[in-house]
Amino acid sequence: METLAVHHTHDSHADTRVPDPHQDTFSKTILGFWMYLMTDCILFATLFATYAVLHNSTFGGPSSRDIFSLSIASIETMILLFSSVTCGLGVLSAVHSKKNQIILWFALTFVLGASFVAIELHEFSHLVLEGNSWNRSAFLSSFFTLVGTHGLHVTVGLFWMIVMIVQVLLSGITVATFRRLVVFSMFWHFLDLVWIFIFTIVYLMGVI
Amino acid sequence: MSHELSLKEIKKEWHGTLKSYVIGFITSILLTAASFYIVIAKVFTGSVLVLTITMLALAQAIFQLRYFLHLGQEAKPRWESVVFYFMIMVLLIIAIGSLWIMHDLNDRVMSDMTNMPMEKHHD
Repeated sequence: METLAVHHTHDSHADTRVPDPHQDTFSKTILGFWMYLMTDCILFATLFATYAVLHNSTFGGPSSRDIFSLSIASIETMILLFSSVTCGLGVLSAVHSKKNQIILWFALTFVLGASFVAIELHEFSHLVLEGNSWNRSAFLSSFFTLVGTHGLHVTVGLFWMIVMIVQVLLSGITVATFRRLVVFSMFWHFLDLVWIFIFTIVYLMGVI
Repeated sequence: MSHELSLKEIKKEWHGTLKSYVIGFITSILLTAASFYIVIAKVFTGSVLVLTITMLALAQAIFQLRYFLHLGQEAKPRWESVVFYFMIMVLLIIAIGSLWIMHDLNDRVMSDMTNMPMEKHHD
C-alpha cells in the first residue's frame, strides 16, 4: 500500500478523490470493444483500397455501370440507417428500465437487419446467376469480398441480437446485460458507418 | 483500487439520448438523399461530383460518430478518441499508399495489359 501511495504523489495534479474513470469493467469493456472496431475498420480499409485499385479491372466482363442498381442500394441504406436508430432506441429503453421496449426495439432491429441481408443475398444471387460471379473479374472479386465481408458482419450481428434478446428476457436489465446491449449497439452503428462508404464508393461512384 | 460501478452509474456513463438519435437520423437521411439526388440528377460531373459525394459521406460519418457512437464524449483521458485518430492515420496510409503505388504501376506496366483484349480485336 505504501508504494502505491508514493506512486500516487508523483503526479501532483492527480485527483485521487474520484476513482479513475477507466478502471471499472464497463469502461474497460467499452474501450476494448472500441479497439476491436478500429482494427475492423482497418480490415475494411484494406478491402476498400483493393476495390478502388481493381474496380476498372473488368477483364472484358461487366463494369460497375452495367450491374449496379442504385435504387436497391438506396433501399438497403435506408433499412440499415433505420435499424441503427432502432438499436440505439433499444439501449435508451434499457436506460429507462423498460424491458418490453428493449425487446420490441431489438426485434425491430433484427427484422430490419434480416431484410438487409435478404436484399443483399438476392442481389448477389442475381449477379451469380447472370454469370457475373466473383471469378468473372478482379473487379467482381473485390466487390464480393468488400460487400460480402460487410454482409457477414451484419449476419453475425443478427445471431448476436437473438442471444441478447434471450438474455434480456431471462435476466432482465443487469450490469452485464446493459453492458452487452451497449457493446452491441456500438457494433451495429459501426456497420452502418461502414455502409455509408460502401454506398458512396461502390454504388454511387459505380454508376457515374 | 478497482471500483466497480452499479447499474445506475453505468447508465450515466452511456451518452445516448433521444435527441442525439433524432439528430443523427435526420442528418443521415438528408445527407444520403443529397448524394443520391446529386448523382441521379447529374448536378455535377467528373471529379467535382466524386469530391462532392465523398464530402457528403465524410460529413455523414462524422455525424454518426458523434451522435450514434458518442465519440469524443467519453471521460478524460479520451482513449477512444486517441485510438480512433491512430486508426485514421493507419487507414490513410493503407488507402492512399495502395492507390498511389498501384496507380503508378498501372501507368508503367498494366496499361498495355488492360488494353490487350481490345488490341487483339483490332489486329
